[in-house]
Amino acid sequence: MRVLMFGWEFPPHISGGLGTACYGMTRALAKKGAQIIFVLPRVGEGEPNDFLKIRSASGTPITADMSERMSHAGQDVWQENIRWRSVDSPLFPYMTPESYEESLRWVHKAHTAGHEEIRHWSGIPFTYSLKGGYGPDLMSEVSRYSQLAGAIAAEEDFDVIHAHDWMTYPAGMLAKALTGKPLVVHIHATEYDRCGENVNDIVAGIERAGLLAADKVVAVSRLTRKVVIERYGVPPEKVTVVYNAVARHEVERRYEIPPRIRHEKRVLFLGRVTFQKGPEYFMEAARLVLEKIPNARFFMAGSGDMLPRLIRRAGQLRIGNRFHFAGFLRGEEVDRMFALSDLYVMPSVSEPFGITPLEAMLYDVPVLLSRQSGVSEVLEHALKADFWDTRDMADKICAVLRYPRLAEALVRNCREEMKSIRWENAADELMLVYRNVTGGN
Amino acid sequence: MPSLCLCYAVHEPYRLRRYTVFDMGQNSAYEDDDHNCDALLHAARACYLPMNDVLMRIIRRHGKAFKLAFSISGTALDQFEQYAPEVLDSFKALADTGCVEFLAETAPHSLAFLYSREEFALQVKQHCARIKQVFGVKPTTFRHTELVYNNDLAAALQALGFKAVLAEGTDHVLGWRSPNWLYQPVSAPGMGLLLRNCQLSADIGRRFSDQSWNQWPLTAEKYASWVHSLADEAEVINIFNDCHSFGLRNPASSGIFEFMEALPDAILAHKDFSFATPAEVVKKRTPVGEIDMPQFMSWDDEGADLTAWLGNDMQKDAIHSLYALTERVRKLDAPDLHRDFERLQTSEHFHYISTKWFANFVPDRPNPFQSPYDAYIAYMNVLADFEMRVGAAEAAAAPKKATRTAGRKAAAPATDTAKAKTTGRTASKSKAVAKPAKAESPAADTSRPASRRGSKAKTETVRGR
Repeated sequence: MRVLMFGWEFPPHISGGLGTACYGMTRALAKKGAQIIFVLPRVGEGEPNDFLKIRSASGTPITADMSERMSHAGQDVWQENIRWRSVDSPLFPYMTPESYEESLRWVHKAHTAGHEEIRHWSGIPFTYSLKGGYGPDLMSEVSRYSQLAGAIAAEEDFDVIHAHDWMTYPAGMLAKALTGKPLVVHIHATEYDRCGENVNDIVAGIERAGLLAADKVVAVSRLTRKVVIERYGVPPEKVTVVYNAVARHEVERRYEIPPRIRHEKRVLFLGRVTFQKGPEYFMEAARLVLEKIPNARFFMAGSGDMLPRLIRRAGQLRIGNRFHFAGFLRGEEVDRMFALSDLYVMPSVSEPFGITPLEAMLYDVPVLLSRQSGVSEVLEHALKADFWDTRDMADKICAVLRYPRLAEALVRNCREEMKSIRWENAADELMLVYRNVTGGN
Repeated sequence: MPSLCLCYAVHEPYRLRRYTVFDMGQNSAYEDDDHNCDALLHAARACYLPMNDVLMRIIRRHGKAFKLAFSISGTALDQFEQYAPEVLDSFKALADTGCVEFLAETAPHSLAFLYSREEFALQVKQHCARIKQVFGVKPTTFRHTELVYNNDLAAALQALGFKAVLAEGTDHVLGWRSPNWLYQPVSAPGMGLLLRNCQLSADIGRRFSDQSWNQWPLTAEKYASWVHSLADEAEVINIFNDCHSFGLRNPASSGIFEFMEALPDAILAHKDFSFATPAEVVKKRTPVGEIDMPQFMSWDDEGADLTAWLGNDMQKDAIHSLYALTERVRKLDAPDLHRDFERLQTSEHFHYISTKWFANFVPDRPNPFQSPYDAYIAYMNVLADFEMRVGAAEAAAAPKKATRTAGRKAAAPATDTAKAKTTGRTASKSKAVAKPAKAESPAADTSRPASRRGSKAKTETVRGR
């Protein structure tokens, strides 16, 4: 099975769970015998991968003939479905109104400073150079990526197209129109997860077009499947659920808990400090817990637009000496943080899947999940609470901190459960999807 | 002349509500009254009332030729009195016919036998007295919670004056032998041991409405023919089931009531067969052999062992914490604490904490908690509050016994009184938040060991005198 995969992130250049998921998934798929060509906007310096071929869209030459074909195909698929003008948009996949305005100013400044022409005319074939990541002109990047990816699709040989999240859906649609190969779109998060009700119509439009154009839609949880069906009107029989997993890496070193804090219990929140992740519910639960267990400690690791507000709130509640902000952690710091924690809490308001609880479990840390997360569908042996029910959340935090048998049982049973949450299983299901859409070759 | 011995277990637990850490020390209403009431009324309408109607009709038709036995738990009696007295009346009416034997068990449907023999004996005596008071007959046959049984139980029951005991007839007890005879426990010669015929019991209890079962639909005639086929190799065929089999586990639409109504005729069609109660069986027959059962067994479907109630560390922690309080509670003269202590012993509380892979909750007895962890959290929170109340009661009782103040105040109740005080104070946002808060946290973290130590120290002083 040869797969042309379009993705926006891949380790080591990642900014969220998407890259991690793509890595684990492709690795396991490769083991199952899939030959994968992974098209990234731009390939930076990084370790070479032996299990797949990574291609950079940036710099791929587009011939005049190809350009002609693409504009023809493009008119069918994408300009009819989506009203989208090629303007510089400060759009960022994880964004709130406040940060949007700030970026907008940034874009205006860039305009007045004289806009650089990115399209290089060098004789007949031309190309674009892409920056990758989630810059302020993401929408233009997405559009250019789709054209470059289309050119790659025309020269590569493959059986199925697999596109991850909306940034690559235009590319997937174009490749399908050009080559006639079946398209599988993978939905890791929808616009409704990222923004609640304040959705960006352009992004939601691209998502809808991609989901409807696909031969098969893969959702990361039943929760996401429901959103896809209800919000985007995708026929239910077209949507299957393939759960994410976690790559089992041996915990490299054990971290000693410093003696001075050994008698205390620590509770961790780790994630973007944004509305979607529910950090304020965590703080409210912490306030309630501290009424009962005054020597508990709470850590909030991560950054985001809600951070200043939460820091003020901690002061207002007078719990600053027990509620600590660890900032954005990377690499070893994350490992250390997990290892120090007695409980990991994920109070997300909306979480299509959520890989971090699985990572916490690698460190034998019990987890408390919001019921509004996809991962709670696969974890039987985790504590669960509704994100808005901070009393319930606090009750469960207290129970874990007070009743050692509870934490032990959670860890032991989770460890058992983790054995079945493997990318290998996800890869088996994806291979089945591929075989279905290609007619079983 | 083989006898068919029918015995139905009637039990309804008091389910706990989602009692949180914020309820601790604030209120001591542990039970989910709405849920308990709804569940009982449903059971009364779907199961007990129609079942007792059917039985009454059968008895009117057959008179003393039809016999059966009920074991009704104390919590079920409490709930009937509380929510549906008409159910109790229907049982009393059956009792008046003289065709029904009422068995003894532990009043709160507990596993006290495993942790405190005194508590066990107390509960059995209480329940016997209550059965005598309600139904007019003193029980002589014992049916333990979940049919838990071992040699020690038989010996203890003999000491309490029982003539017969029921147990599960699993293969690992019987080996090559058949459950369809009367046995005696190796530890209690002279006592009768009736072993459940698992196959024939489950045909009614579990498989009756299973449409994928190759014998479905089961008719009274077919069932009677299976029973009759044992004519030459059986003396007593013990059919023990949960009363919920009628109308709840097998809905009325499955024809279970019609089946039951037709069954006596079908069984008695063979002139050698009769119905008998356990007490009659023991009186008429002599045991054919001894059963040696050193380890505990139960009627749990899967392993016939205790793992459904005591399989994981959370279950063990919960039950050990509970029984660690036994001596302290029983020493107090506080009926409300005694009642709560008994109800906290009901075996279901521990079953809800089971994490067995195929934790088998039958649809008519579901786990009210969303997960075993939630069940454990609620239970431990309740127990923490209960322990605070015990501590407070001890502190209140202490000054009365002025003579024994010196040693006790210093050693034991110090932590308890401190805790009781903090509990009271957390409610009001007092200015001295820092002080009681500090005092509470170590007390809360180490509450169990501390209080255990406390109780031990106390008992020693008492015994020393």
